Amino acid sequence: MGEPTAVRPVLAELEKGQAIGSRRVPLTRADLVAYAAASGDHNPIHWNQAFAESVGLPGVIAHGMLTMGVAVQLVTDWAGDPGAVVDYQTRFTAMVPVEDTTGRISEDGAPAPGAVLEVSGAVGAVDAAAGTVRIDLTVNDPAQDRPRVLTKAQAVVRLAAPQKTEEERA
Amino acid sequence: MSDPQTLPGRTYPPAPPYQVGREAVRAFAAAVQAVHPAHHDVAAARALGHADVVAPPTFAVVVAQRAEAAVVADPEAGIDFSRVVHADERFVHHRPIVAGDELTGTVRIHAVKELGGNRMVTTVTEITDADGAPVADVTSTLLVRGEES
Repeated sequence: MGEPTAVRPVLAELEKGQAIGSRRVPLTRADLVAYAAASGDHNPIHWNQAFAESVGLPGVIAHGMLTMGVAVQLVTDWAGDPGAVVDYQTRFTAMVPVEDTTGRISEDGAPAPGAVLEVSGAVGAVDAAAGTVRIDLTVNDPAQDRPRVLTKAQAVVRLAAPQKTEEERA
Repeated sequence: MSDPQTLPGRTYPPAPPYQVGREAVRAFAAAVQAVHPAHHDVAAARALGHADVVAPPTFAVVVAQRAEAAVVADPEAGIDFSRVVHADERFVHHRPIVAGDELTGTVRIHAVKELGGNRMVTTVTEITDADGAPVADVTSTLLVRGEES
């Protein structure tokens, strides 16, 4: 996890295609249970192996909204203010199965992840008049045959006040 | 399932108001691995000009899903929850959600599409604060798999 940036990005210095960073996001079954509690989404496909298999899933899968929620942290920390994200959307294109690693510890001392997401972001568009930048996120689960789990994941970030129109200036 | 063309525009009574608590914001932030201090520390949030700790961008789903429950419960909407896949989600924020907000979500069916025996139901939940001012619009599409698929 990266720490929030101390220096906030400046709209005029951004251009399409510029990378804002990347990170790996580990997920465990415990993380899915914590998200179920925090969000109120208690669907058992996200915490019960037998139930998930009974409805035709390969196993317990992450909430799509958990994947969407963790992915945008790259944008929030880059922007320097979580309140600056004014629009955030995605399509869910593949499931993220989370292996049961309960009780296992990685070499670094952290709980062994049941899945690891790879998140990266780049400037998709700059709207100087609106004072906003659109960040396009790439979110992959490299363990899957179809690794791209989110499609058209776009976050619009306000970095400056909207420019006034001619009429408002008059 | 009813004729899908009669469904768009159907609006449901709002869910009871949702009181945004600090610990709920902190727990949601922890769950989505949101480490920015403005989610957790009141002073850090106020230093950025917010009234209290700021909810992560996807926190509005908590309020929206309470409203969307009315659509799921409507037999004419045809949402069999055992056959549902989440297809897409969008949050448009008119202002950040902060602890202390009292939020009301009102949901309507925006669109219904039939695709190869499957049904795509798109809902829009408008979230307002205690003064009735708009806070966020949440658009969500559920794909309901057909019986034969």
